[in-house]
Amino acid sequence: MKSVGKRAAIFGITMLIVSFVTFAAFTLISGDPAMRLLGTEATPERLQSLREQMGLNQPFAVRYLRWLAGFVTGDLGTSYSYNQPVWQLISPKVEVTLCMVVMSFGLIVLISIPLGLFSAQRAQGAEGALHTSLIQLAMAVPPFFTGILCSWVFGITLRFFMPGNFPGLHQNFAGSLHYLFFGAICVAIPRIAMTVRMLRSTIVGEMQKSYVRTAIARGNDRRQVLSRHVLKNSLVPTVTFLAQTMAEIVGGSIVVEQVFSIPGLGRFLVTSISNRDYPVVEALVVILAFWVVLSGTLGDLINQRIDPRLRLGGES
Amino acid sequence: MNKVAFKGRKFLQALAAAFLAGALLLTGCGGGASSQSAEEARKQNNEIVIGIPQDLDDTLDPHYTTLAGTREVMFNVFEGLVKPDSQGNLIPAVAADVQISDDGLVYTFPLRENVKFHNGETVTAEDVIWSIRRNIEDENGTNLIPALQNIQSLDSEGSTVVITLADPNPEFLSYLTLAVLPADYADQATQPVGTGPYKFVSRAAQDNVVLERFEDYWGEGGHVDKVTYKIIGKADGLVQGLQSGALDLVSHMTTTQTSQLDESQFHIEEGTMNLVQALYLNNAEKPFDDVRVRQALCYAIDRQEILDLAFDGYGYPVGSSMFPAFGKYFDESLTDYYTYDPDEAKRLLAEAGYKDGFDMTITVPSNYQPHMDTASAIADQLSRVGIHAELITMEMNQWIEDVNQNRKFQSTVIGFDAKTLTGSAMLSRWVSDSPKNVINYNNSEYDELFAKASSTYDDAEQTQIYRQMERNLTENAANVYIQDLADLVVMRNGLTGLQFYPLYVLDVSTLQWEK
Amino acid sequence: MKGLFARFFRNKDTSSDGGDARGYLIVGLILFGLFLLMAVVGLFYTPHSHTAMNAAAKFQPPSLTHPFGTDNFGRDIFSRVMKGSSTTLIIAVATVAIGAAAGTLIGALTGYFGGIVDDILMRVGDALTAFPSLLMALVIIGIVGPGKYNVVLALGIVFIPSFARIMRTAYASLRYVNYITSARLMGATNGRILFRHMLPNTMHVLLPAVTIGFNNAVLAEASMSFLGIGVTPPDASLGYMLSEAQSMLVRAPWYALCTGMVIVLLVFGVGLIGEGLQRSGREVG
Repeated sequence: MKSVGKRAAIFGITMLIVSFVTFAAFTLISGDPAMRLLGTEATPERLQSLREQMGLNQPFAVRYLRWLAGFVTGDLGTSYSYNQPVWQLISPKVEVTLCMVVMSFGLIVLISIPLGLFSAQRAQGAEGALHTSLIQLAMAVPPFFTGILCSWVFGITLRFFMPGNFPGLHQNFAGSLHYLFFGAICVAIPRIAMTVRMLRSTIVGEMQKSYVRTAIARGNDRRQVLSRHVLKNSLVPTVTFLAQTMAEIVGGSIVVEQVFSIPGLGRFLVTSISNRDYPVVEALVVILAFWVVLSGTLGDLINQRIDPRLRLGGES
Repeated sequence: MNKVAFKGRKFLQALAAAFLAGALLLTGCGGGASSQSAEEARKQNNEIVIGIPQDLDDTLDPHYTTLAGTREVMFNVFEGLVKPDSQGNLIPAVAADVQISDDGLVYTFPLRENVKFHNGETVTAEDVIWSIRRNIEDENGTNLIPALQNIQSLDSEGSTVVITLADPNPEFLSYLTLAVLPADYADQATQPVGTGPYKFVSRAAQDNVVLERFEDYWGEGGHVDKVTYKIIGKADGLVQGLQSGALDLVSHMTTTQTSQLDESQFHIEEGTMNLVQALYLNNAEKPFDDVRVRQALCYAIDRQEILDLAFDGYGYPVGSSMFPAFGKYFDESLTDYYTYDPDEAKRLLAEAGYKDGFDMTITVPSNYQPHMDTASAIADQLSRVGIHAELITMEMNQWIEDVNQNRKFQSTVIGFDAKTLTGSAMLSRWVSDSPKNVINYNNSEYDELFAKASSTYDDAEQTQIYRQMERNLTENAANVYIQDLADLVVMRNGLTGLQFYPLYVLDVSTLQWEK
Repeated sequence: MKGLFARFFRNKDTSSDGGDARGYLIVGLILFGLFLLMAVVGLFYTPHSHTAMNAAAKFQPPSLTHPFGTDNFGRDIFSRVMKGSSTTLIIAVATVAIGAAAGTLIGALTGYFGGIVDDILMRVGDALTAFPSLLMALVIIGIVGPGKYNVVLALGIVFIPSFARIMRTAYASLRYVNYITSARLMGATNGRILFRHMLPNTMHVLLPAVTIGFNNAVLAEASMSFLGIGVTPPDASLGYMLSEAQSMLVRAPWYALCTGMVIVLLVFGVGLIGEGLQRSGREVG
């Protein structure tokens, strides 16, 4: 239990650092938000009053803390472009992206684990080489390219879904999931290949260890050894890898959202960056960072449960 | 533990199988049938979905809106005392009638009875006066419409508004298309309230904007009950959306886009966009501060080839800051003032000291495919006279900031449209001290002409001066004028009633599904 | 260096998990070689001008004069792919060069000297590598603004921590190896030890990492150009061209397919090289 507390503390500290760096960086580059909001209508008096109203005349530390508190209270400032509260703008996007990422992660786990086990048993010879090549090929296709093909084949030709008609999570949840499914697949494909590759080499590597050789030499059944020892020992690196994957697929989803016209966080992030809508960008960056750090923390916690040695603070 | 592992594996396998089966079922069921019926369902529910390439990521307050794309949508939400019709005339809207005194100084507007705002309140003379006042001097003391400074007094007598001018101005009425808003309503920027045939319902950033038919509209009002604007940033997304059945109408399409559609489902109507697309040159920036260089550029550009290349021949070449739909102001003879002549271009360049050409940048908003395509074609044509042009693409908002506000650009391909149906809407922009003079055009003769036009009450005389101003722009090669774009509007079969305006707007109130 | 590659090739076996290291290397090098040829030739010569437009030759399907067909402006797609390949290659190489050089330097110093700086840098590095590279690059682009050079800068910075981490491990493992200890006793300077003696022995780790980095750079650049924040015309990278091709997929499917296939085959080829290097490296190292 102590280790959980320790991990949570590290999590908190990391998030604090990330949020501080983000806030500082964007405060530095975005210049004066009051000036930005007023544009050509800026007069010294107007600037002064708006600055006071926005709390910009407060010291940096106070502004940072207030902004940080905004993640809890839901007040993250006002978007430059939309003149609307940032929180109100981004929360529906976060839900959409979260749905797609979770779905994509589910696909990765469900497809790559059986495939990985299957592939590990046929790692030798020509078949192994074929698997390796297929894996490399799947890793080489950019998700947005799959997305383009997918939307034309499944969307326009086969009419399995309707590109451009994302129904909205609150209006039609099942329909939305159905729409997101195609995006999730495109995000998942290269990651599935990577996971299979990782699983295969971990298991094969484990199989070559002396304890496995000994066990087999002693006459134990190969499959039994595999399930009894090898899989168990392969679990820790697998969890670590999957935690990393959970973070990585957010990157892929940014691009795929664009292809499928999914109103998610990625599309919003890209346009906000182009529009230099910094209050939105910094909020989104911290939310994404939260997801990334959370993935890592969860991975570590799960691993600590699997392998008690890790609880003593060993390296994974 | 080993048992657990085994169970785990079986469980996983079962789960995977279930998931895949579910997914297949989901995709299978959700297939053909439902997408077909989605279009049908919209027809049944009397709704339409319009695809637009650019979000309304701007203030929605009509007095402050700068983006043409935002105005195009919000045209349906707001009205002024008068409003334009599709013929280019001004017709009474919130006002029941317009009476102008013989000396052209006193305008009397008896208000229409029982005109309602979308929030249910009745429009009063106070609202009208507040709205006009706000454009003369807003809460920050800014004058939003310079021409309104001509107003000497603004009074109401019951439900009649009387405006008295200091000097007569034949164009004055067109400024009263400014939106009438409820006085002192604070959320105009995000939850706008107007008097138009459609009311604003919601906006989801980078996703959609929803309008609904306003039941208490004073006039006939719209036919369709609900209009959803879907924001689809990628050019092919619009094609896909139409093809998949997600969209019913998309305007401003390119022929590359329309040629990819299944013709049996759609019909295409062609109008004009009513804007002047040009390579706008920053006249204060080297080397465009030299008239010879600007003229060389005009000679180096083959407009017809651009139309053929990027627009399959659609579009209307123009030679100055005026588009053909503006009838009396448009001077056709200017269109062929510069003919394609690369040798002349090279000669002029050499004369200006750029024998080997030069490097330049063209700033283009990436969401607008026609401007992107024109810019690409221009870059290619310029390379033939030794000018290397690099495109800088950006989002519209950043374009506004860089070009419109800071004038930090060398050249840009964009279309400037007219906010009102007046010659000055197109021409006042290039007066040297105009805040909209992004190209930093500085020509004293032009400024004098404009001053003369503004103080001329005679319409014919004023028109004549405007035409001189156009000629001035052409002769001094203020910009490299290209065309008024053809406006290709794709509509799903069954949808009718589209009307083209001489302004950059899309009137949804006339659209309807055939019964 | 030559000997080094030879060593990778000599190593034939590989019982472990499938296939012959040499096989992967050969296929991979052929694919990459073809790409390299196209990209390098593209720098100096293309069959047609890659920007010349021709209204009479719009949307032509692949033919002998236009092996990849033409686009909506009648431009020769093959010539554009050649130019695009050069741009992509330059961006990817520059990115990996920044990442690998800075990463190796940091990895070498921290791995060899250790200490508190090592601890801090590696903690920071761990935190940074946890972020998806595309996302990090986007954030950096958000700060410095879009454009070709900024893309290189952003991706280069993003790749530093992962290179640093790999190189640190490699250097740390060599720290107490006999010949290094001897070199130190013989009075070799730190710089000489780090880069003359140790660096060549980290190649079995560095080279596969370079191939992975290269692929990540190609894919990340493609994604960024696709999102419209990468290269700008008239420069055309493969990613930019693919996003252009998307808008005319029905009229000119060959555009998207040809461009897409070039990216896929390039990444596939480099992936195979990496696979081969890793396998033979495992035995060598």
